[in-house]
Amino acid sequence: MKQENLIEIRDLYLNFYTYDGIVRALDGVDLDIKRGEILGLVGETGCGKSVTSLSTLAMVVSPGDIEGGRIELETDKGRVDILNIKQSELLKIRGSEISMIFQEPRAALNPVYTVGDQIAEVFYHHRMEELIKTAISELENEVKKTTGYKQSVAKRHLSSLQKLLTNPASLRVKLSSKLPILRGYKNRIKRVTRREIVNLLRLLRIPDPERVIDMYPHELSGGMAQRVVIAMSLTCNPTMLIADEPTTNLDVTVQMQILHLIKELKSKLGSSILYVTHDLGVVAETCERVAVMYAGNVVEVADVMAFFKKPMHPYAQALLESIPRPGHGFVSIPGTVPSLISPPPGCRFHDRCRYALEMCPVVKPPLVEAEPGHQVACHLYLPKESLKWKP
Amino acid sequence: MRTLTHELGWDRRMNVQEKKRKRLNLKTGAAEVAVGIALLVTFYVTWVTQWVPYLWAGALALGLILTGKGIFDFVRAPQFPDFKKGMQPTFKELRFTLRKIRESPLSLVGVTLVSFFIAIAILAPVLAPPVTPQGFPLPDPFEIYFDTNEKYVSMPQPPSAKYPFGTTTGAINLYYGCIWGTIYAFRLGIIVIAATLSIGISLGLIAAYYGGLMDEIIMRFTDIVLAFPGLILTMALIVALSRRGWSNIDAAILGITLVGWPGYTRLIRGEVLRVKTEDYVEASRASGSSDLRIMLRHILPNAIYPIIIVASLDFGSIVLFAAALSFLGLGAPPRYADWGQLISQAQDWISYGLQYWWTFIIPGVFITLFCLGWNLLGDAFRDILDPLYRRK
Repeated sequence: MKQENLIEIRDLYLNFYTYDGIVRALDGVDLDIKRGEILGLVGETGCGKSVTSLSTLAMVVSPGDIEGGRIELETDKGRVDILNIKQSELLKIRGSEISMIFQEPRAALNPVYTVGDQIAEVFYHHRMEELIKTAISELENEVKKTTGYKQSVAKRHLSSLQKLLTNPASLRVKLSSKLPILRGYKNRIKRVTRREIVNLLRLLRIPDPERVIDMYPHELSGGMAQRVVIAMSLTCNPTMLIADEPTTNLDVTVQMQILHLIKELKSKLGSSILYVTHDLGVVAETCERVAVMYAGNVVEVADVMAFFKKPMHPYAQALLESIPRPGHGFVSIPGTVPSLISPPPGCRFHDRCRYALEMCPVVKPPLVEAEPGHQVACHLYLPKESLKWKP
Repeated sequence: MRTLTHELGWDRRMNVQEKKRKRLNLKTGAAEVAVGIALLVTFYVTWVTQWVPYLWAGALALGLILTGKGIFDFVRAPQFPDFKKGMQPTFKELRFTLRKIRESPLSLVGVTLVSFFIAIAILAPVLAPPVTPQGFPLPDPFEIYFDTNEKYVSMPQPPSAKYPFGTTTGAINLYYGCIWGTIYAFRLGIIVIAATLSIGISLGLIAAYYGGLMDEIIMRFTDIVLAFPGLILTMALIVALSRRGWSNIDAAILGITLVGWPGYTRLIRGEVLRVKTEDYVEASRASGSSDLRIMLRHILPNAIYPIIIVASLDFGSIVLFAAALSFLGLGAPPRYADWGQLISQAQDWISYGLQYWWTFIIPGVFITLFCLGWNLLGDAFRDILDPLYRRK
């Protein structure tokens, strides 16, 4: 029985310990990502979008520290809490179950390796067994077809590969993988990997993949580099793909192509995508649901249509109003983003909110379902009796 | 039941597969025994008959023939055009590098000097064939033997046809000493650089990558070692260890290594701190790479260049350091092919002005040119490897 929610983030608290003080970057984040959907995560700079996405890979590094909460991932083997599993298990999940596309494609590729080498690394890490099996089945065919010297070589490679598959720790495998001529069977795996990578690059509509696979990152254009980065993240058909502003640094036409590509891949592979961005236009174009973050809180989660038609949270309303439109003056939200070292008590948006109630600076509103499929964290939408609050 | 017929694969009850496997084992076993016996016989015969030079000549000829044939086959192989096409970018970069070297005269001098010394080191057995007593095991070629057929003159003899660089105290052949001293200098430099680099790089990498407490512990330890006076520590080590049966040379190598690594640690730590915040490191972590893999495959190749440059600069100074130890009488033993030791032999003659000039000037020139060569090569490496300078 497949659960509807692929990832459930519950009560995620995260602090950064800096010299200026403790930055309370995430303050009880609740977020569900459903199977096979594109969820847009929007918000201003510094509201905790990127940190939330990094947390789902348990990749928050010092000085950041996750204080509490659960991130539960639905895998083949059942539910796991990413924040509470062994390092070895985590390394298996990263890249195969959840993978990530980075903002700056050129920086996300190591300048000293070719495209093929970098993608192959992920292949070797997660899909070695599969590659060996493919190589073995090909060799079995070759043994049948060829004769003489070629056949004997194929037979030797076949037995080495079978040994590698059944008993990778054996002495023979250890020795032969180090010696120059006996190491030849590894070329069979390399050949299979190369073909797989070319197929992957072709899936991403990269022209002339046979040539691109041997290129270094500095030889690629921005859009091409982003496709390569996407190819790297798709190596293992992840069930969850995190895209951290993947189109921010690309020009508009390339941005369009990449967005279409991501949508297309989603329908082809059926993975869920968490699309982190601050561009509401992109969200309207690509996503199915949208989550709005403000100062370390998720304030509104809704279907894209419902959200753009009727935003509920005052912050979301202000955000949509401040999209520049021709013929209208610039509208902005009064006040500034609060410092997260000493965040405002209660609802973190209360000092900029035009509907602020008496209780807003004191009580933090929970995220509740105001309409079916439309969650919001605001006192305005709570049942009337809970508003009867006396200081 | 294990019988001989069974082992040889002649048993009628066995199936074909099993028979074949048995025979195959027998064949490979026999081949191994044959090669083993051939090696043993060769070893014994060469030992008894002192044929070693002929054996070397044979190996040389065989090596040349095999290499030549290999290159010939390689070039004529059908895959060669593809290979050539694939290597095109590498060749292009290589040509660019060579042009970079040609453009700066000082780099050119450095490369020339170091290649000159490498040539001397490789050709040493030809340039100065060891005059050694016969016997087995072969004596150490670095010991400068006195040819007993010659007349023994203790005073330094000026350069002559017999001794191109003259002789020094105790009828030591300076030419032989200088030529074999080159190999000794390379040996010393390579061992010490390899040891200091591996210690320095691994500690610096760990300190910078893990940071926090680990960083603090490693770097404070490094600071402590940096505060040691290197020469005095090495001398103390040599004196202490030679009482325990160590040779002075081994102790000197240990001492220089122990004080030499902190510089590399500090340097690589800074580089790793810079590289580890790059996005591709993060991306690799997101794709499930382990720490070791990230360090070795992604961080190190991008952080290693400054270390290579500094190591090349240090190569000369290590030899200089060892020469200083030898001069103080704590390095190589007397009659050993080491430049510092040769100068140390000339101590008594320096006060005569230039009357016995060859005793100290000739080994001195060797040391000076060697260090100069490596220093200039370090600059050349910077021009080639450092991305900031490369494309200027």
